[in-house]
Amino acid sequence: MDQRPPISRRNLLLGAAATFGVPAILAGCGGSDQPAPGSTSGNLGTVTIGSNASDEVPKKSLDTVVKAFRQAQVNINTVDHNTFQENINRYLRGTPEDVFTWFAGYRMQFFAEQGLATDISDVWREIGGDYTQAFKDASTGVDGKQYFVPFTYYPWAVFYRKSVWEEKGYEPPKTLDEFTALARKMKADGLIPIAFADKDGWPAMGTFDIINMRTNGYDFHISLMGGKESWTDPRVKQVFDTWRGLMEYHQPAALGRTWQEAGQSLAQKKTGMYLLGMFVAQQFPEADRDDLDFFTFPEINPSYGTDSIDAPIDGYMISAKARNVDGAKALIKHFGQASSQNVATGLDPGTLAASSKADTSGYSSLQKRGAELVSQAKHLAQFLDRDTRPDFASTVMIPSLQSFVDKPTEIDSLLVSIEKQKANIFR
Amino acid sequence: MALKTRRYSARDVTVLVIGLGVAVIVNVGLIWGPTLASVALSATDWSGIGPIEWVGGQNYGDLAGEYPPFWSAVRNNILWLAFLGLVATPFGLFCAVLLDRRLRLSRIYQSALYMPVVLSLAVVGFIAQLVYSADYGVLNSVTGMSVDWLGDRSVNIWVVMVAAAWRHVGYVMIIYLAGLKAVDPALKEAAAIDGASEAQAFFRVVFPTLRPVNVIVLVITVIEALRAFDIVYAINKGRNGLELLSVLVTENIVGEASRIGFGSAIAVILLVISLGFIVTYLSQLFREER
Repeated sequence: MDQRPPISRRNLLLGAAATFGVPAILAGCGGSDQPAPGSTSGNLGTVTIGSNASDEVPKKSLDTVVKAFRQAQVNINTVDHNTFQENINRYLRGTPEDVFTWFAGYRMQFFAEQGLATDISDVWREIGGDYTQAFKDASTGVDGKQYFVPFTYYPWAVFYRKSVWEEKGYEPPKTLDEFTALARKMKADGLIPIAFADKDGWPAMGTFDIINMRTNGYDFHISLMGGKESWTDPRVKQVFDTWRGLMEYHQPAALGRTWQEAGQSLAQKKTGMYLLGMFVAQQFPEADRDDLDFFTFPEINPSYGTDSIDAPIDGYMISAKARNVDGAKALIKHFGQASSQNVATGLDPGTLAASSKADTSGYSSLQKRGAELVSQAKHLAQFLDRDTRPDFASTVMIPSLQSFVDKPTEIDSLLVSIEKQKANIFR
Repeated sequence: MALKTRRYSARDVTVLVIGLGVAVIVNVGLIWGPTLASVALSATDWSGIGPIEWVGGQNYGDLAGEYPPFWSAVRNNILWLAFLGLVATPFGLFCAVLLDRRLRLSRIYQSALYMPVVLSLAVVGFIAQLVYSADYGVLNSVTGMSVDWLGDRSVNIWVVMVAAAWRHVGYVMIIYLAGLKAVDPALKEAAAIDGASEAQAFFRVVFPTLRPVNVIVLVITVIEALRAFDIVYAINKGRNGLELLSVLVTENIVGEASRIGFGSAIAVILLVISLGFIVTYLSQLFREER
């Protein structure tokens, strides 16, 4: 499940919207879901979209992007974000719209494999040049065909306040040893080195993902997420051992804290750094946002360097039952254009455009740094709860990671328990 | 059978069939049907779509042996029941007895105690977070402690039960208060004249006359304990020490790639526990009627 709390997300978007003078733009767009009469002049009939963009800003940005599409009339059916996700199975088996919003990676492959999505490799032959290999991989099903068009995404990294770091003379660490040394120094300086919160269960997944990818590489991580590796493997144990070593620098009492509270502790200069998605910026007052910077989690194993990060991608797919496939393909090609994605990143500065051709001149400094970070990454993981079966993520991994955070020393019994439960789910 | 039917006219039979028929259809369709379906599904491995595969008792084996949140949930449900039944309910009775003595300002106490009852338990959950949050909670800032009330799995269930009891006490109190008002004052007087102490008068005379109220309160307490869900869900989605059977059912069944068979198995366990109480209660009730 995508567990980001919808309300906070909305706050982020609203706050961001206020900054960027969105109200003026929105007023220009009008409030209707239906396209302007001018856009009905296309020759591809009517295309329908099932959208989970129920929050105000994503909804407006989708409306705006769709208005610029002239080849067919588009009807958008917006469903509450979480409801859409929870019903996706029944939705795709029932009477889905032609195009629907979804996530890249395993979550896309899961439905493509069940024959619920339409192959769009022909669209990719046209738009492929606009995307890096990492984005193409994230859009490709297990059969090697493409089923997904990326739209926007946001990277995970270690965030910090520039002012605090300049004052104390900290430098972004390049290796795990430097990272540990830095954390030790912060502790000596009276800071809590690493802000941490896992009350909601999902933020710790980000830490697991990155340590696993740095230690064992992207391929092993994805294979582990796919249920193909054993959790009792020494390589997995190594990940938890490394994590346990860092635990003493993590903010204590994490299981009673939300990521918002941890984000505030960073904003209030009580903590030194925080590994989270770019949405952490919402916990910063407007005036302090320029003080926010980040570095990618340092190298652990030199053979993998820092070649992978978590960067969950949102985008669009065509359902297998689409009535107007030609119109739908034209529409998702439109979504794949840099110009469409720039509309969305302008409205929602917590996201980045997936296309390499996107115009980054309108980006905030944080968005620019984010884009740079992603362009250097060879592999983009989609975050644990998007890279594996949703039932495994929510009913096994959340309780297990929380139990690790509670008792970091009990690794062996925990891994045995995860492995047994994994065997029950991936059978 | 043949003998009996002769006693009813055709019209009686029609009325009977319609009257009973509707009740039976509703009962079977809405209660027994889904219940039996859950029991059947609990022996399958089904994701809500696609083929249903029979796995027999495997879900139960997995539950008991390999699913750590399960035993934690069973323990918490039992704790919840014990806490409401042995602490919150007697305390509600105690408050009712005190208020029944027409203390000064008793109306104000009464309203204050009853106020939480109008709140949904989910709201109580949000209030509990304001009180217990480790960094920003009222409790830690007032007392200067730094306990992680909601995150530490050895304490969180207790503080959450206190929050749940805060509401339960008011509920129980108002029911007992109504019962106490209905007790004939002559009984108490008679007891006093016979030389009974106040405690004796209460336990030997008043309390036994409250029997019908006691039954209602008992049933309410059991129901509250078994259906507890919203408060822990509001706090941390019922994880990390706050697991409850009802939460595990929801967690497993609702969602994208639902584990319907596995979730049903948990639901069946909850059903069996509920049945235990219902059967005891009903058999008591029938025995009295006889």
